[in-house]
Amino acid sequence: MTTTEMMTFKTEPFVLNFGPVHPSTHGVYRMRATLDGEVILDIEPVMGYLHRGIEKLAEERTYSGFIPLTDRLDYISPMSNNLAYCLAVEKLAGIKIPERGDYLRVIMAELQRLANHCVAVGSFLNDCGAYYTPFMHAFREREKIVDLFDMVCGQRLTYNYMRIGGVSQDVPDEFLPALKKLIGQFDRFIDEYERFLKQNEILLARTKGVGVLSKETAINCGISGPVARASGVSFDLRKVDPYSVYDRFQFDIPVGEAGDSYDRYRIRIEEMRQSLLIIAQAVKGIPGGPVRADVPHIVRPPKGEAYGHLEAPKGELGFYVVSDDSIAPYRCHIRPTSLINLTALREMVKGWKVADLIAIFGSIDITMGEVDR
Amino acid sequence: MTWWPGNYWWHWLFFTVVLIGFVLVMVLMVIYVERRALGRMQSRLGPNRTGPFGLFQPVADAVKILLKENIVPDKADKLVHWLAPVIAFAPVVLIFAVIPFQNGALLADLNIGILFIIAVSSVTTIGVFMAGWGSSNKYSLLGAMRNVAAVVSYEMPLALSVVATVLVAGTMSLNGIVAQQTIPNILLQPLGFLIFFAAGCAEINRSPFDLMEADQELVAGFHTEYSGMKFAMFYLVEYAEAVAIAAIITTLFLSGWKGPGLPPWLWFIIKIFVVFFLMVWTRATFPRVRIDQLMAFAWKFLFPLALINLFITAGQVLIWPDGLPWYVIFINFAIAGVLILFGSKLFKLGWGRSEV
Repeated sequence: MTTTEMMTFKTEPFVLNFGPVHPSTHGVYRMRATLDGEVILDIEPVMGYLHRGIEKLAEERTYSGFIPLTDRLDYISPMSNNLAYCLAVEKLAGIKIPERGDYLRVIMAELQRLANHCVAVGSFLNDCGAYYTPFMHAFREREKIVDLFDMVCGQRLTYNYMRIGGVSQDVPDEFLPALKKLIGQFDRFIDEYERFLKQNEILLARTKGVGVLSKETAINCGISGPVARASGVSFDLRKVDPYSVYDRFQFDIPVGEAGDSYDRYRIRIEEMRQSLLIIAQAVKGIPGGPVRADVPHIVRPPKGEAYGHLEAPKGELGFYVVSDDSIAPYRCHIRPTSLINLTALREMVKGWKVADLIAIFGSIDITMGEVDR
Repeated sequence: MTWWPGNYWWHWLFFTVVLIGFVLVMVLMVIYVERRALGRMQSRLGPNRTGPFGLFQPVADAVKILLKENIVPDKADKLVHWLAPVIAFAPVVLIFAVIPFQNGALLADLNIGILFIIAVSSVTTIGVFMAGWGSSNKYSLLGAMRNVAAVVSYEMPLALSVVATVLVAGTMSLNGIVAQQTIPNILLQPLGFLIFFAAGCAEINRSPFDLMEADQELVAGFHTEYSGMKFAMFYLVEYAEAVAIAAIITTLFLSGWKGPGLPPWLWFIIKIFVVFFLMVWTRATFPRVRIDQLMAFAWKFLFPLALINLFITAGQVLIWPDGLPWYVIFINFAIAGVLILFGSKLFKLGWGRSEV
């Protein structure tokens, strides 16, 4: 072989299947990645491995009978799913919630945001290759929140706590003191976490400027939640279209600039702090009284349609419910946050390395239960 | 070797058996230490059910893995797939042949001991690459390629930092290097120690340089397609390598078997565990670097520093030919600090994204 021949080795891209069974696809997601060595030329998402037909199942259940199924959508944050569906049905049926119910809903939704961001940040850092330490520490804190949920509704994963017209039951007496204690602990935990990771050189090298999602793409793809806010889109339904009693609380919407993985990580940390602020205010201002409006067990909303949405931990989660004046929804469509946030993944990972694909994918924070429904 | 009456063949037989036993037992102990320490650092317990304090967990794991079915992929290159674990394992045990457990207690006191280690330890890479290539799995192949790239790059700073130590000691025999260390070399060669530690971690796939088996990306890297005893061999290689690097660091930088009070071989083992604990600590603390950052770190940061360190050491040896005096410790610590500061200021990672 002459020198020139040796210099012109023939190389060609190859296709590598990430998933459906892979440690870092956060479920049964599959990416067909075309690689040139380590560089990602293209990826093609393949979805549907976890499709359970939840939207169709809604048509065969009563309105309240569908609430447990919403738990199974984004199983990292079931409280928000419950709430989003209940908001839609209440809008459709024109039901007014007692104040204490609304406050409890806000507290649960924000606790859920904390728990979700713990999982999101932990698994993101795990995807960056930090060997389970940040993951376990974040899960330790999530455990405390799950304990609180357990206290409230007896469940640790699929809460089924919200009801049409309020929440299923009032919180036990020991809940609010325990919650106050948790707020103090959680603040310290975030500080500790930040001290470990905020300036970590390897983390900065792995995430700064990596997987940039531009503001335009974020808006065009309909991306919402922390992912959009990291790209500089100041859009938060809690401010833009306040539902429940969010208009009574003071809090900020952290917005990033660069739209890279690091900003997405930072936004989540900042959101955790804001959530703590909201919870503290809600605990202070929570009124007494009933927690659930006087709604019959079988709701029969008038003919019509309604779209209820809220700022779920992952972004805008919406339920579009159509009623034909029967006891079951005629149609129920879900706007899945994870699926829509995932649409820009291809643009974000092109040209980066295999390791970045995993890190960027982790920084979007998806749940497969919601992507495939 | 006044304490050892045996003749040549007895010596050979005794040490072969002892070495293999030592490696196997150390690996089991080290796995236990790693799992418990990692557990503590991650605010969980770690294995604590099998035997007292979970001490038999590695044994239970070993038994389990021995009973597992051996699966060879249909399209694998059978011969290469079979040979890879053996070729990866043999050199690691060979490394221990020249490491002194106490004064004169070693299989072969080669006068080029350290050269032997550097030469032999690289052979493991061939086994790893064979595993990646022979499995006909793309994850394995990617992992193996990463391993080869990393080992080729990190061999440079590793060897250069060793050369500096050899200059100070004036001998290449490991027994001689230990015997010469009245001041442990870690004090005389702080920069060399750091470079060797980093490069050593990269050579043996320890975090944060464990890209070859990055479980988040490549499932299990080069040994994705291995199961049963062959997988156990790779697991063994991984930890035997860690023990080997810890033993080399102990010998080169921590004055080997020397120490007050306790018997020398105990000092040797304690120091190995201390160095290994450092590795565990690193693993629990840092995220993993990317492949281009791995290369950049080797070539743009470690390599120049190792070169400068070599030159400075050579100069010092010229000035004080009869052994470095104690006050060089302060000079060298100052130099190491300044160099690392400057190096990290100048160090740029460079490209990360390619246009496609």
